[in-house]
Amino acid sequence: MSDMHEHSVAYVRDSMLEQQPAPVTETGLVKWTRTNLFSTIPNTILTLVALYALIWLIWSVFPWFANGVWDASSIRDCREMLQGQTGGCFAVLAERWNQLLFGFQYPSELYWRPALAFILLFVAIAPVLFFQYLPSKMLVFTALYPFLAYFLIWGGSILAPIFAMVGLAAGYLVYQRFVAKSFAMGFFGGVIVALVALWILTSIPVDGILAMQQVESRQIGGFMLNLILGTVCVSLSIPIGIALALGRQSSLPIIKWICVVFIEFIRGVPLITLLFVANVVLAYFLPPGSNFDLIIRVIIMITAFASAYIAEVIRGGLAALPRGQYEAADSLGLDYAQAMRLIILPQALKISIPGIVNVAVGLFKDTTLVSIISMFDLVGMIRGPILASTEWNGVYWELWAFAAALFFVVCFGISKYSQWLERQLTTDHR
Amino acid sequence: MAETAQMTTDAPVEMKVSDEVAIRIENMNKWYGSFHVLRDIDLTVHRGERIVIAGPSGSGKSTLIRCINALEEHQKGRIEVDGTLLSSDIKNIDTIRSEVGMVFQHFNLFPHLTILENCTLAPIWVRKTPKKEAEETAMHFLRKVKIPDQAHKYPGQLSGGQQQRVAIARSLCMRPRIMLFDEPTSALDPEMIKEVLDTMVELAEEGMTMLCVTHEMGFAQAVANRVIFMDQGQIVEQNEPKEFFNNPQNERTKLFLSQILGH
Ligand SMILES: Nc1ncnc2c1ncn2[C@@H]1O[C@H](COP(=O)(O)OP(=O)(O)O)[C@@H](O)[C@H]1O
Ligand SMILES: [Mg+2]
Repeated sequence: MSDMHEHSVAYVRDSMLEQQPAPVTETGLVKWTRTNLFSTIPNTILTLVALYALIWLIWSVFPWFANGVWDASSIRDCREMLQGQTGGCFAVLAERWNQLLFGFQYPSELYWRPALAFILLFVAIAPVLFFQYLPSKMLVFTALYPFLAYFLIWGGSILAPIFAMVGLAAGYLVYQRFVAKSFAMGFFGGVIVALVALWILTSIPVDGILAMQQVESRQIGGFMLNLILGTVCVSLSIPIGIALALGRQSSLPIIKWICVVFIEFIRGVPLITLLFVANVVLAYFLPPGSNFDLIIRVIIMITAFASAYIAEVIRGGLAALPRGQYEAADSLGLDYAQAMRLIILPQALKISIPGIVNVAVGLFKDTTLVSIISMFDLVGMIRGPILASTEWNGVYWELWAFAAALFFVVCFGISKYSQWLERQLTTDHR
Repeated sequence: MAETAQMTTDAPVEMKVSDEVAIRIENMNKWYGSFHVLRDIDLTVHRGERIVIAGPSGSGKSTLIRCINALEEHQKGRIEVDGTLLSSDIKNIDTIRSEVGMVFQHFNLFPHLTILENCTLAPIWVRKTPKKEAEETAMHFLRKVKIPDQAHKYPGQLSGGQQQRVAIARSLCMRPRIMLFDEPTSALDPEMIKEVLDTMVELAEEGMTMLCVTHEMGFAQAVANRVIFMDQGQIVEQNEPKEFFNNPQNERTKLFLSQILGH
């Protein structure tokens, strides 16, 4: 270059170079395509094969959607309209959407109640999911939500959920009172008081006082049932799983032993057998005369199942923490509950997020197993009332694709959220 | 900056030792299973005293100072800290722990909390200090260890020396009357050792009662009132630093000193 002082060894730049764009072949789409799709010959072959498969798939599925029939009263109507062309019979969704979502016995004039509960669910879980951004005061609504949702979905007297709330609040007060003395004492004292209070309060007859129209549990079905089971069981099994994981580490042999036996037993048994137990056997173990709702029995079983798995996931997270974290917490004078809540669990749970999400997603999909003990969840509805009906017998693809889509949306959402949360919680900038 | 602690030959920091007893250990024994790790330890530490504990690896130095704040249980003998007898009573243990600060070899900062939160956590939850006051105290001590501008970073973003200074500040925020150090500089790169030792020297000058397990003999000479040499779970020799280094009596001490100083 001309601006170089060619004859001296020392060199001083006297004109700065302008910034220039990188060559076209090394940036943007061209570069991306080259490095990712056509970098080697096998890679190029794979790319072409995949492209062919993709085009073929779209080619064959597209008419199915495009020619789809949305307005027909039976599968025979559909076939007539299609006249031999490929096309989906989506009319079944248009006609039976309410059964797919709410089950076939839920009174249609009351659909607004579970729908409202569903919308409020987002308000209730938002302060938990986005705790960094939303004021913690919103958690008050989260705490009230389960009782509100119960009232909306099942109806009946408003006193029933209020009593339940009072019972749990009593348990919590006892916990608060004793936890400083001994964590175990506070925990078990709280649980026992809550159970006793619930047992007494629920035996008070409240029929008809400040009541909305009551819906029976067996009238609840469709995707709503999957959502209820999924939400309730996930939100119960995480705290229970934490308690089991901590109990398994306990220095009190009895507690440790109970937790180990529970976890190992539950993990060794298929969920479906637990559900059959819930369906038939569990009633024998309950106080005589207590007409224990089938949904509650199923919730107990799925929760027990999921919490055993979550306990093991969290145990892995706890084991991954260096002992130094416990020692630092101890050396600062934090007591057991404080050390766990402020130091150990936040870190252990962060490590456990992928595992917990795995269990949660699995659990949500496993709620469809209740169709086997003749509950009419989404799968039960499709298998039973809809496919068995003379109008829609044979509309498999459309119905199962719809069910798959609903589950996929929820599970994919959970998965995306958990990835986002993990990024949020990253504080080690390696 | 404070004067060099490493390899210093200055006169020792002026001693302000009172008659008041801070720690009294009598005939203390500890076993790990059947392994007798501490044997007949007798040690009295006066308020304001600065003690350096040295000895070969595995001689029980860490175990000894961890018994003082009950991170490890002892099976025989008595330990009295600040007039409180260390027993299995949770109340006593918590009292002692909030009076005794501890700094670890591997810092043990809480990685999910910011530097400031690391420092305010225990005052807020254990001492029930209002958040604002706790933050002011924390900033005071962070200035003292010369990292106030890192307060809102996370431990993972700091160098080892900075992390160890935060760990010291975190302990100081509880306003402890005794500080225990377990090899605070041995996980650090050489260029960071000095900044941590400087902080410790400053602390010593203010009259803090300190027990340091360390192999920084320059620090021992500059700061310690007493050097204790341990081997095989026993206190083998103790003396004031000058005598200890110039005129060791026990064969094991001589061997150890020749190994550590004679490279
Ligand atoms: N938790 C433990 N269980 C069994 N032995 C241990 C345990 N911790 C330390 N030891 C043993 O006790 C001895 C003293 O350990 P330590 O106090 O850490 O020595 P130092 O700090 O002087 O290097 C060592 O032999 C070590 O192997
Ligand atoms: Mg050690």
